[in-house]
Amino acid sequence: MNTIRKREELGPNVIRYVVDAPLVATHRKPGQFVIIRVTDHGERIPLTIADANPEMGTISLIVQSVGKTTREMAMLRPGNVIHDIVGSLGKPTHIQRFGTVLCVGGGIGIAPLYPIAKGMKEARNRVITVLGARTHDLLILEDDMRNVSDELIVTTDDGSYGTKGLVTDAIRSLVSDGNHIDQAVVIGPPLMMKFTSLLTRELGIPTMASLNPIMIDGTGMCGGCRVTVGGEIKFACVDGPEFDAHEVDWDSMIRRLGTYRTAEQVAADRYDHECRVGLDAGESR
Amino acid sequence: MNAATRFKLPPVVMPEQDPAERVHNVREVPLGFTPEMALQEAQRCLQCTNQPCVEGCPVGVRIPEFIQAIESGDYLAGIGIIKQTNLLPAVCGRVCPQEDQCQKNCTVGKAHRDVGQAVQIGQLERFLADWERENHTAVIPQIPSTSGKRVAVIGSGPAGLTVAGDLIKLGHAVTVFEALHMPGGVLGYGIPEFRLPKEIVYQEVAYLTRLGVDFQYNMVIGKSLTVDEVRKDYDVIFIGSGAGLPNFLHIPGENLLGVYSANEYLTRTNLMHAYDESSDTPILRGKSVAVLGGGNVAMDSARTALRLGALRVMVIYRRSEEEMPARKEEYHHAIQEGVEFHFLQNPVEILGNGEGWVTGLTVQQMQLGEPDASGRRRPLPIAGQTSNVPADVVVVAIGNDPNPLIPAALPGLQVNKHGGIITDEDTMETSVPGVFAGGDIVLGAATVILAMGQGRKAAHAIHAWLTRTTETS
Repeated sequence: MNTIRKREELGPNVIRYVVDAPLVATHRKPGQFVIIRVTDHGERIPLTIADANPEMGTISLIVQSVGKTTREMAMLRPGNVIHDIVGSLGKPTHIQRFGTVLCVGGGIGIAPLYPIAKGMKEARNRVITVLGARTHDLLILEDDMRNVSDELIVTTDDGSYGTKGLVTDAIRSLVSDGNHIDQAVVIGPPLMMKFTSLLTRELGIPTMASLNPIMIDGTGMCGGCRVTVGGEIKFACVDGPEFDAHEVDWDSMIRRLGTYRTAEQVAADRYDHECRVGLDAGESR
Repeated sequence: MNAATRFKLPPVVMPEQDPAERVHNVREVPLGFTPEMALQEAQRCLQCTNQPCVEGCPVGVRIPEFIQAIESGDYLAGIGIIKQTNLLPAVCGRVCPQEDQCQKNCTVGKAHRDVGQAVQIGQLERFLADWERENHTAVIPQIPSTSGKRVAVIGSGPAGLTVAGDLIKLGHAVTVFEALHMPGGVLGYGIPEFRLPKEIVYQEVAYLTRLGVDFQYNMVIGKSLTVDEVRKDYDVIFIGSGAGLPNFLHIPGENLLGVYSANEYLTRTNLMHAYDESSDTPILRGKSVAVLGGGNVAMDSARTALRLGALRVMVIYRRSEEEMPARKEEYHHAIQEGVEFHFLQNPVEILGNGEGWVTGLTVQQMQLGEPDASGRRRPLPIAGQTSNVPADVVVVAIGNDPNPLIPAALPGLQVNKHGGIITDEDTMETSVPGVFAGGDIVLGAATVILAMGQGRKAAHAIHAWLTRTTETS
């Protein structure tokens, strides 16, 4: 169980794994996630299920190495095992025939956006996708997203690819070009989700956002992932992760993501140090 | 030894780790009886013929008989007597509120008009269980030939473990589905290491595995498998998914950085070992920690905060000492360790700084009015009397509701207004035929032993249900 079948580098520090997880593969729906533990002494982290193949009994997980656990995961190769995988968790995305659906993805958030865009396309929506990246190197899944979109726009902050600018600029021009949008979905860095939803509110476009707060169990027993939506406390792991983006208290959610910044830095530095020590020891032999 | 001599023997004082030392480690606080101490305590039992202590035990452990076995030095016989009715004695001996159960009824305590003078039944039970574990003498009972029936148990907490143990001994195939990566439910993630070493829980589970119970981890029923899929593959389902949904106060500031539910705080420390600085799971180590609530979970959180290095830990409770639902023993341990108790204070707002971090809370002074529905005197605010308490970590420990995941995944299952599953009182069967439930998912947040008592009842009924089906088919 949980054996890695395939490993593919999608960009700098971004890896796609295809992993054996038959129960998750047959039960998951777009928008859902898993909680994993890389080793038997590791922490539990949430990862979106980027794709699944029920016949093969596999799921795809896309990981960006940002801290200790994801760096540890980046070391895994085909044949290695992820110690624990639990899922599929969270509520599935509400997918129906809306008409025209705008899918907005940024950075690693394009990974969880992909299955939703695919689901929206299968539900016979016209899918317009706007992908944002800081620079061309960091853009992932462009071809996959193109395959499920009627129209695809890429923006980069530095203009190294696509249109120079932010996703919000692209959304503004889409609308001023006369595109009517019935529903938007946005997944990406929290600040990007916040500004996108401020814009879509202004433009009167109903918008869902998939939130990525800190989680431990992922089953609703701790409230570590709580967010304020419409003035009420919600647990993203069981009530979400998707919410009405116009009702989310973005500032509180963004702040809470920084709770363990110091501890995370210490753990990552210690891990890097241990790796280097390990390498040095190997070389001296 | 005659009864009069026995009656004059003072209770044996259980040795404990020194408070000044123990707040710096997570090792167990009470150190257990030596054989000499166990003998001396066993001699205090009067071997009453009417056995009032047994009536006080929710699973009916044959108490005087196992105490007699300790007195005669036959520990193997003693643990055998306990295990006929209780498969988790090392756990129950430690965490049961004996002062409200078996020891409350003890004749010795009654005659002294002091429950503190009762025979220390829990400690003696613990002694035998520890002896069995340390000497690796656990006996695998003869299990009858398999019935061919399959039982799915959802949740590996005290209720689920009891059902699994009872039914495997009767020859049914039992699979336990656990959502987390480790077993025990609240025994694993909730009750701290210093009260219940996890190694003990895992060994009790290993014993059930040796009996043939199949444990499947990382399985969230309703998500990993649908309830219908489980129903298709198993003859009976027992739901023991507990009361794991934390309540919040719904006061301003609850989303500030540094505000935890007790479930999160304890899960990070107990299940994920955040007390160990090299653990991958971080936790905020506050200097000044405020714990809101007055139950056992509040005591566990406060004492955990000390072990995480807090210099000042306050328990803030809206009623008075007398109404506090925590066990006396835990309350005393907390006081010994230096936890401050602020009674008749109701938190009304959590305060933070410009960056969103907790800085303290505003509390409203209360006074006690007439008894409410719970029988406890209702706390009422004293107008105009509020004050501020500084804190850099706040732990909300005001109770849990039943976990809604399973009820939501099983249409037709009747639940009460608190989300608890409604069951038949005698059989623990739910409104869905062949589906039984017990423990905190039925009771709301209660105790380990009550959950086990319901598991026991359910196991009897499930066995009857399975054998009845066999006869009619």
